[in-house]
Amino acid sequence: MNSLIKEKTVNFSFIIPALIIFTLFWIYPFFYTFILSFQENDLISAPKFIGLSNFKLVFTSGDWWSSMYNGGFITLWALTFQNILALMLALSVDKIIRLRKFYRVVFFILPVLSEIIIGLLMKQFLASEPVGEDVFNHLLNGLGLGFLAHNWLGTAYVRVITAMVHCWKGFGWAFIIFLAGLQSIPDQLYEAARIDGAGAWHCFTKITLPLLMPVVTLVVVLTILGTMQAFAMILALTGGAGGLTTVPVMVIYDHLRHNIAGLAAAEGLVLGVILVAVSFTMFFISKKIREKYGVLPS
Amino acid sequence: MGKRNFPGKGMFFVALLIAAISGCAPSSKPKENKIVIWHWMVDRQSAFSELAKKYETQTGIKVEFKLFFPPDIYSQKVIAAARANTLPDIFGILGEKKIAASFIKSGHILNMTPYMEANSDEWKNSFNPQTLKVDIFTDNNYYGVAPGIYGIPIDTTILNFVYNKELFKKAGLNPDNPPKTLDEFIKDAKAVKEKIGVDGFVCGWGEGWLLNALATEWAINLMGEDKFLKTIKGEVSYTDKDWIKVFSFFSRLKDSGILASGIATMTNKESEDAFSKNKAVFSFNGTWAVNVYAQINPNLDYGFFPLPKVSDKFPLKVWGGAGSSFMVNAKSPQKDKAVSFLKWLTARKQQIFLIDRTHNLPAIKGCSDNLPGVLKHTTEIFGSLTHPDVWPQNENSQVIEVINRGLQQIIMGIKTPEEVAKEIQKTKERISRR
Repeated sequence: MNSLIKEKTVNFSFIIPALIIFTLFWIYPFFYTFILSFQENDLISAPKFIGLSNFKLVFTSGDWWSSMYNGGFITLWALTFQNILALMLALSVDKIIRLRKFYRVVFFILPVLSEIIIGLLMKQFLASEPVGEDVFNHLLNGLGLGFLAHNWLGTAYVRVITAMVHCWKGFGWAFIIFLAGLQSIPDQLYEAARIDGAGAWHCFTKITLPLLMPVVTLVVVLTILGTMQAFAMILALTGGAGGLTTVPVMVIYDHLRHNIAGLAAAEGLVLGVILVAVSFTMFFISKKIREKYGVLPS
Repeated sequence: MGKRNFPGKGMFFVALLIAAISGCAPSSKPKENKIVIWHWMVDRQSAFSELAKKYETQTGIKVEFKLFFPPDIYSQKVIAAARANTLPDIFGILGEKKIAASFIKSGHILNMTPYMEANSDEWKNSFNPQTLKVDIFTDNNYYGVAPGIYGIPIDTTILNFVYNKELFKKAGLNPDNPPKTLDEFIKDAKAVKEKIGVDGFVCGWGEGWLLNALATEWAINLMGEDKFLKTIKGEVSYTDKDWIKVFSFFSRLKDSGILASGIATMTNKESEDAFSKNKAVFSFNGTWAVNVYAQINPNLDYGFFPLPKVSDKFPLKVWGGAGSSFMVNAKSPQKDKAVSFLKWLTARKQQIFLIDRTHNLPAIKGCSDNLPGVLKHTTEIFGSLTHPDVWPQNENSQVIEVINRGLQQIIMGIKTPEEVAKEIQKTKERISRR
């Protein structure tokens, strides 16, 4: 009995460091955020309990929903443009035997780079003088497409441009995940299908896509979570551009900067709940699709 | 054998973790004869360090200026230190007056009034009144703070228009006659753009607050300070015709084609860089820019001029006052030493040293002979300075955000002044109902 208690104590002692770290840096901040959201709190003076006022303010705030719209807009671009590009590149690289590793490295460089660096770099590339170097417009002129030259970050186009830069920076992640998924599909399935006379399109729709569905779900969920929480790159690229590219985390950051911590906490919780709900919905939809195609849940 | 060692290893990790965490706790070491000052002024660190050495030589008291940059990080650090009761002996507060008020109400900032008013207000009277005003909480103030002086300004900042004299000459304009009205301003900027192909106006409007400052100055000039302050109190609507006119000045600037490309997303650093490299003829910036321009282009030929008027009905008010202030930690065991150091720092000799080294306007009177040539005129406008921190009430920061964003959208041609005015008023009403 004593040895059992001793063994359990020994085992427990191993998880104590992780438990302390997890409690201090995850559990405590989560509950503190929850408490903050019910307070008027400037982080300096004594907090005041104000019930659901912060949540009421979030739900009735045009700024908040406008930032959600901007986040949603960029997410939509990421879900379509970014992920389709990533899937196409993954399909191409999966078939290429030579230089496969080289392509993997090249496509994965962008996600590895700092968001701030990408934001500042693209600002120089896209912004007209005197803010940037106007590189893109010079390129267009050089290609005889001068009529397309535009003040890319100074007009209503800025939202689309921001979405495109976000997709360009992020497609490498989706590419790597898709590639890993593709490489887990056994070659024998394709060989058998070819013997039965299936063409490339049939192989893709009847084998690749159904078997890749769990990976697609994962990429879709990660894209939604990552894009709705995008912040640093957009801040460096446009700074919000008159609210056109103000995303939810920028609103939270602004409120924290102005010491409106209670409201910022409520916004954080609302965003978190929305993202969890969307993620569960995506997993549910994915499960239904897999059941329809007769693919076992992974 | 190996098993017997496990509990020891587990406990070792726990002990290590506790040691690591306790390393973050404030040190309980007895304080040496040293004053610690936290600040964010990266351009002044070397000058401060030199002054600290001089002070140590004179008094034997060591002074350490600790720089934290960028300002946002500095602000968070000060708040975290206040919560943990680890504030240094002297520190500065960035942001709105309500933040300083929260620090005061929580007992973190020493009321300097007794020190200031000792010897028949000797120290108090040495300051420019407009500069000191920013650190004063008056009787029955909006913030509920006990009246008094809670900060010591170390310099003065004025937001002014600035013009490039060399580009003026090249465009055939008189470099000694900067524009006095908005019409003249637009005319001159257009002339420069047409004749030498340089942008008319560059400014860090991506940061919002510079837009807000300009809108405030024009609003006060157009409708008078009383009506302006009534808007903040909620007695006048932002959809009032005068406000729409104020917002329309920005659409006029946009339509005139004088604004630099991408001005709505431009940071002040980018704007300062562009102006000092002769890429624009006009800018709107603080007097701190003298130091910045000197560092980027020492040969830049430029001058400051007051706000281009939009009306003759009300006097011009210029956004300005204390640029940076230091507060004494009320809980510091060395608060008397800290006060003595600040008194020394704001004495004439040290203020002149700071003017020479950093080109900032002094906080005290009687240094006008030592000002850089380009700033000499500023002493004339000290009487017309205004600042949110001297108004009886500040506008809500969320309303300010909507104003700034709305002005950016006007400049980008996305919204009209009327639409922006409605949006601001809607936000104002929503916040007021809370």
